[in-house]
Amino acid sequence: MRLLRMVIVLAALAAPSLAFSDLSSVALAKEEQPQPPADFVPAESESQEQIPAMPLLGAAYGFIWLGVFGYVWSVARRLRKVESEIAALETRKR
Amino acid sequence: MIVMMALAGTMFAAAPFLIDAAPQEATMGLVYKIYFFHMPSAWMFLTAAVVAGVASFRLLFLKRPRADHWVIAAAELAVLFGAFTLVTGPLWARKSWGVWWVWDARLTSSLMLFMIFVAYVLLRKYGGAGSDKLGAGLALFGMANVPFIYVSVNYWRTFHPPTSVVPKLPVEMGIPLWFCVAAFTLLFIILLRLRARLEHQRDRVEMLYLAEDEA
Repeated sequence: MRLLRMVIVLAALAAPSLAFSDLSSVALAKEEQPQPPADFVPAESESQEQIPAMPLLGAAYGFIWLGVFGYVWSVARRLRKVESEIAALETRKR
Repeated sequence: MIVMMALAGTMFAAAPFLIDAAPQEATMGLVYKIYFFHMPSAWMFLTAAVVAGVASFRLLFLKRPRADHWVIAAAELAVLFGAFTLVTGPLWARKSWGVWWVWDARLTSSLMLFMIFVAYVLLRKYGGAGSDKLGAGLALFGMANVPFIYVSVNYWRTFHPPTSVVPKLPVEMGIPLWFCVAAFTLLFIILLRLRARLEHQRDRVEMLYLAEDEA
């Protein structure tokens, strides 16, 4: 509990400094970055890529799958616990 | 509920095949395929914020105490889908824009909305008595951000694709996208109902303890 509070306070303190430390690099990056695409156009052939896309794609889909399974498991566990408590209370009532 | 769960499971199992069959994008290449899960996640993130806001309105102004269960459920889902959006977006941006993150209106306001709902969840966990009404105010404030986030890409300078990209998608890209939107909507409804049921049952436990004390 105490540790969690400390982590939350430290994260709240660190967030603004991290945000502002990155502003100068953002200004530089803006000049170098391309314009947003107006449309998505299908490619004629498979492109040669400098930054491999597969690990990024795998990380994105993996994170969502893990998140969904983790959340469903968490809700199911909490629901089972509460429902067994209800069953115990109703048995005691009778 | 079981039928909905089976349908959602089937749709999520089929989604990778449809995404794999979609063509690569001309300038972004393979990495744009993050879009098929990123965009539905973002829509569910905004939907969760709206559901939490509407339920908060019912709790605060129409005095419906059970609406609180829906606020809690929707707020937790806003955190979940917000995390999906804010993690998958930078993974896509790293390759398309060359940077993980830019502090433009869309990304910054989305991060703010996510933080509002993280604050809500923490408030409800540690806030004690009265945190329901305080939290409802916070959720209403969160909902007010939603239209701003949605139109931000059309009004402010940004690298993020504008909202006009979606209706103009070619069919071979549009089919997997709308399929994923349907799958995520179904998942959202299932999770919302499950999470709200947990709160209904917690209420029932409290009632049973009260009845036991009175007897």
